[in-house]
Amino acid sequence: MTQEHKKLICITCPRGCALDVTMEGEAVIKIEGNSCKRGVDYAMGELKDPRRIVTTTARVRGGVHPLVPVYTESPIPKPRIFDLLAEIRKIELKAPVKFGDVVIENALGTGVNVLASRNIPAKSEAS
Amino acid sequence: MLKQKYDVIVIGAGPAGLAAAIEAKKTGAQDVLVIERAQELGGILQQCIHNGFGLQIFKKDLPGPAYAQRFIDELAGLHVDTLLDAMAINVTSERHVYATSRWSGFVEMDTRALVLAMGCRERTRAQIALPGTRPAGVYTAGTAQRFVNIEGFMPGKRFVILGSGDIGMIMARRLTFEGAKVERVLEIMPFLTGLTRNYVQCLLDYDIPLQLHHTVKRIIGNDRVEAIESVQIDEQRQPIPGTEETIPCDTLLLSVGLIPENELSRKAGVSLDPVTGGPFVDEKMQTSVPGIFAAGNVVHVYDLVDWVTQAGLLCGRNAAQYAITERKNHGRQVKMKAGDNVRYVVPHVLDKESLAESAQRLQMRVTLPIEEPVWVEVMNGEERVTRKAELYVRPGEMVNIDIPQSAYDAVQRASELSVRVVRR
Repeated sequence: MTQEHKKLICITCPRGCALDVTMEGEAVIKIEGNSCKRGVDYAMGELKDPRRIVTTTARVRGGVHPLVPVYTESPIPKPRIFDLLAEIRKIELKAPVKFGDVVIENALGTGVNVLASRNIPAKSEAS
Repeated sequence: MLKQKYDVIVIGAGPAGLAAAIEAKKTGAQDVLVIERAQELGGILQQCIHNGFGLQIFKKDLPGPAYAQRFIDELAGLHVDTLLDAMAINVTSERHVYATSRWSGFVEMDTRALVLAMGCRERTRAQIALPGTRPAGVYTAGTAQRFVNIEGFMPGKRFVILGSGDIGMIMARRLTFEGAKVERVLEIMPFLTGLTRNYVQCLLDYDIPLQLHHTVKRIIGNDRVEAIESVQIDEQRQPIPGTEETIPCDTLLLSVGLIPENELSRKAGVSLDPVTGGPFVDEKMQTSVPGIFAAGNVVHVYDLVDWVTQAGLLCGRNAAQYAITERKNHGRQVKMKAGDNVRYVVPHVLDKESLAESAQRLQMRVTLPIEEPVWVEVMNGEERVTRKAELYVRPGEMVNIDIPQSAYDAVQRASELSVRVVRR
């Protein structure tokens, strides 16, 4: 079987290692260029089931800001990102929101929760 | 309630300022105040809603506000004073701080140690001299980031981003998430100026084209941006004629670099390095002015917030130690006063601990001659610390007296000593 090379850039940390993955059909033969074990995990994931942490904002009523930043507590499948964004756009939270509050549980059935990234105090609380 | 005098005042409540304030308090500084321009703590992290923060320090991949929240929560438990929604408008080299806010009015305070943590500011259109008309729709990437992530509105629908810095690439993804079209990212240099991981997860993931060696030749549009004209650049950074392209868009974002914000540092007389744009600092993060420290992007522009936090911690620890030493020295010094028939005494102040090492000589001149035997007496109020006999004193002849080491305990009790010359 012929071997094929795939070039990836690991996004696990700011170092951004350039990975060279040797494939034979679907099978990964060799991963080179990584500086740590996480590079191997990233390459395997990226080839079979690419995922990303998604960060965006959700609407808040009665808070010191009209939005609260939110994030997925672990990476979700890349093809579902825009579905998730549409889901988050539908909701409106009520202040106060606390850091770590679950904004959406088991988003899109991925098993991943969407959490608030910070506190948004209610408007009267803050003054 | 604000105090008249602090051990440590920190200007700026971003990651550097928060870390400095926390560490100063933990190191033993008694009163710590943070002055912040925004209405809340956290600085620019509050608008950096993307993840990637904290991998070095917490071994966790956190969004910016979550990273900030950890320090905000820690600060809240430490009884650190905060003055929010306030401008520090001047600081002197003697560490006198002037600030003003809607809530406090105009206030003045002294501090034993000062931490400069004002961060940095984005380069604007004016600083890169972009030709063309001056329509609405030209923003720095950070301004657009604040609009979208905190204030909740979109500055446009079709974007071109100039500069491949991290903020620019992150905004390209963010705007795409919010339904905008990012037509192009242009980079004048032959290489990416931000992190490679951001090129992958912000541009490649969403098919946003990046063109290296390209820049904006001019902005087109009268009331609002209608398009930009891009051009390719050669190795000498000169535009290559014939490579111009008109890219229709309604908004141009600039991600063209950051400059440390040092107006206050200058007012305090702090020397600045022309290369970094920030203060010259020693290994304690102390500037050229004793007692004035600096940390974070105000010193030089970092690419990871984790390192900013570490600089803040180091700076806060040393600022607290400086303040503690100042306070201790303050109690250790005794003032020397001229009493009856003494014009002046040198030295003017004496370190009480110096007597542990050796006797200390005082020198003085009398005001009037006394041509008969006298006592030269060193007094702590009514308590005599030591005395010496002289047969006469004259203004033209300097008088000496030594405070012996045996007077160590007596001197410890004094805050002021006076020297007098009286008849025996």
